[in-house]
Amino acid sequence: MDTLLSLINGFGVAFEPAKLMFCLIGVFLGTAVGVLPGIGPALTVALLLPVTFKLDPAGSLIMFAGIYYGGMYGGSTTAILLNAPGESASLATALEGSKMAKAGRGGPALATSAIGSFVAGLIATIGLAFLAPLLVELAVKFGPWDYFALMIVAFVTVSATFGDSPLRGLTSLFIGIALGLIGIDKLTGQARLTFGVPELLNGVEVTTLAVGLFAVGEAFYVASKRFRDPEEIIPIKGSLWMTKEDWKRSWAPWLRGTAFGFPIGALPAGGAEVPTFLSYSTERKLCKYPDEFGKGAIEGVAGPEAANNASAAGTLVPLLTLGLPTSATAAIMLAGFQQYGLNPGPLLFAEKPDLVWGLIASLFIANVMLVILNLPLIGLWVRLLAIPQPWLYAGILVFATMGTLAVNGSPVELGMLFLFGFMGYLMRRYDYPVAPMVVGLILGPMAEAQLRRALQISLGDPMILLENPISATLLGIAFLALVAPFVMKGLNRFKAAED
Amino acid sequence: MTNDTRSQSANKPALVVGVLLLIFAALVGYDASQQTITSTYGVGPTAMPYVVAAGLAILGLAHFVVAFREGLPQPEDADSNALLWIAGGLVFLIACIGLGGGFIIAITVVFACTARGMGRQALAVDAAIGFVLGLVIYLVFAKVLTLILPSGPLERLFL
Repeated sequence: MDTLLSLINGFGVAFEPAKLMFCLIGVFLGTAVGVLPGIGPALTVALLLPVTFKLDPAGSLIMFAGIYYGGMYGGSTTAILLNAPGESASLATALEGSKMAKAGRGGPALATSAIGSFVAGLIATIGLAFLAPLLVELAVKFGPWDYFALMIVAFVTVSATFGDSPLRGLTSLFIGIALGLIGIDKLTGQARLTFGVPELLNGVEVTTLAVGLFAVGEAFYVASKRFRDPEEIIPIKGSLWMTKEDWKRSWAPWLRGTAFGFPIGALPAGGAEVPTFLSYSTERKLCKYPDEFGKGAIEGVAGPEAANNASAAGTLVPLLTLGLPTSATAAIMLAGFQQYGLNPGPLLFAEKPDLVWGLIASLFIANVMLVILNLPLIGLWVRLLAIPQPWLYAGILVFATMGTLAVNGSPVELGMLFLFGFMGYLMRRYDYPVAPMVVGLILGPMAEAQLRRALQISLGDPMILLENPISATLLGIAFLALVAPFVMKGLNRFKAAED
Repeated sequence: MTNDTRSQSANKPALVVGVLLLIFAALVGYDASQQTITSTYGVGPTAMPYVVAAGLAILGLAHFVVAFREGLPQPEDADSNALLWIAGGLVFLIACIGLGGGFIIAITVVFACTARGMGRQALAVDAAIGFVLGLVIYLVFAKVLTLILPSGPLERLFL
């Protein structure tokens, strides 16, 4: 009952005109960036962080969540019409979706993915609303040692799941943690790794690292391999609407996709790729018309699209209740919370219920807005693909520079942006995942603080980490997650092959 | 997989990353050893840097192992001209802001150079677009957000 009341209060916040406006801007931007290949929600939120730090926190966070959801909707458009998935979450959609478009059934493919996303988003957001308070109740009992163990779990799973190689993931993570050491130690005032540069005393800004790695790095990367053949847009032929048969074949995959996406998205090792491919292979097995698979089966679009939207809602569960990011976008959103001095976790639910529940309520509204924006306006979104790429990326770099200058106009900060950008380029080139580095920079200092607090309470005895059941279990999970990929090489191959 | 042909010699990129990680580890460790403030009880500010330095060193050594095995993924050929254009624009940006040239000129150059790097052949047109973009952003920040971006001689004309 409490949850329902909180949610109703949340709707009160979310229906304020200003919040609705932020939500609309968010879903609009999100769909746009989802449609544009190469530009994902993580990059967009990173670019917006510096320019929103003066705005209303609740509004900005609602906008960020709208971008996240919108990105998941928009990604399907590119996947179906271009056979070029905008982000990894819509890789599975492209398999059958582009075949449907080539067969002149692009309209129904887009429709089933939009309606499927809506159904999944709605169910998963209800799941979020009811699961979050339960997790909060659990998290209230957490001591510093439990939080430390939880962050270790996040470190391991994030670096093992992003990208194909745990070694490269861990390398990215450790560089991030090392960057997090830079600056004045908050407990003692000791300057670390500053080498006498005064600008470094405040540490490395998360926004500078995120914008550098995601935006500048991506621009370098795209520029470096611009010889690729231009993609061809498959025009939408025939009716946009689904036939009775299409509906009959879509509803079950939607629900099954949601059932995959939400729980897996909520797990620390989750993400959107695994559930979308699980959904794809399940639909392939269950389909009554197995020979249609590979030629454009509607089930192969409906399931994965539902799964990726449900996973976006699932990702928000650990983010809001524990402050744990499990996807690149969630990591950047965490930075978004932090720039307003907000720390997601059980305390946030107690101290700022309006903000948290307003955000959750706005997700329902975002879903409704998205299904309305996506179906009738599909022609507009397709036209976005006609923007010349040089202008697009030049604009992104202008925006990145502007954001960095707005926060801190020093040449040192710009130099770091450039440096991180080049690092991001090299990492993409050699297939190092960039998200673990951002997670390391954000969670590294928090993990250190929790560990030192735990050891102060135990008077320096590290056994406290293993004596508490929760922290001991979590550390055990972290250890297993670290060792598993090395032991079970097969698991890794599966992911590498799908990319 | 063409593993047999490559396993003869070490994979250079992996070796370079390994060396860089070891240098970084040494840097973090050295910095921690030079710190003077210690904590009265519990762990002090040097503990975490040592752990991170150890982690970086292990990862560096692991890269050496990888270098002699499968190596890093072989990247496609990069268009170094494109990279130089974009990097040149960004270096100019840093210099321009650092020397007080102002926001608008810096943005004009960044926009034009990036567009050029991405394959457009209309430097003058793109510079004009960049100039207008820079001017609009500067004025919006100054008037609407009351945030003054770095200003040079050009910006002072508009305020």
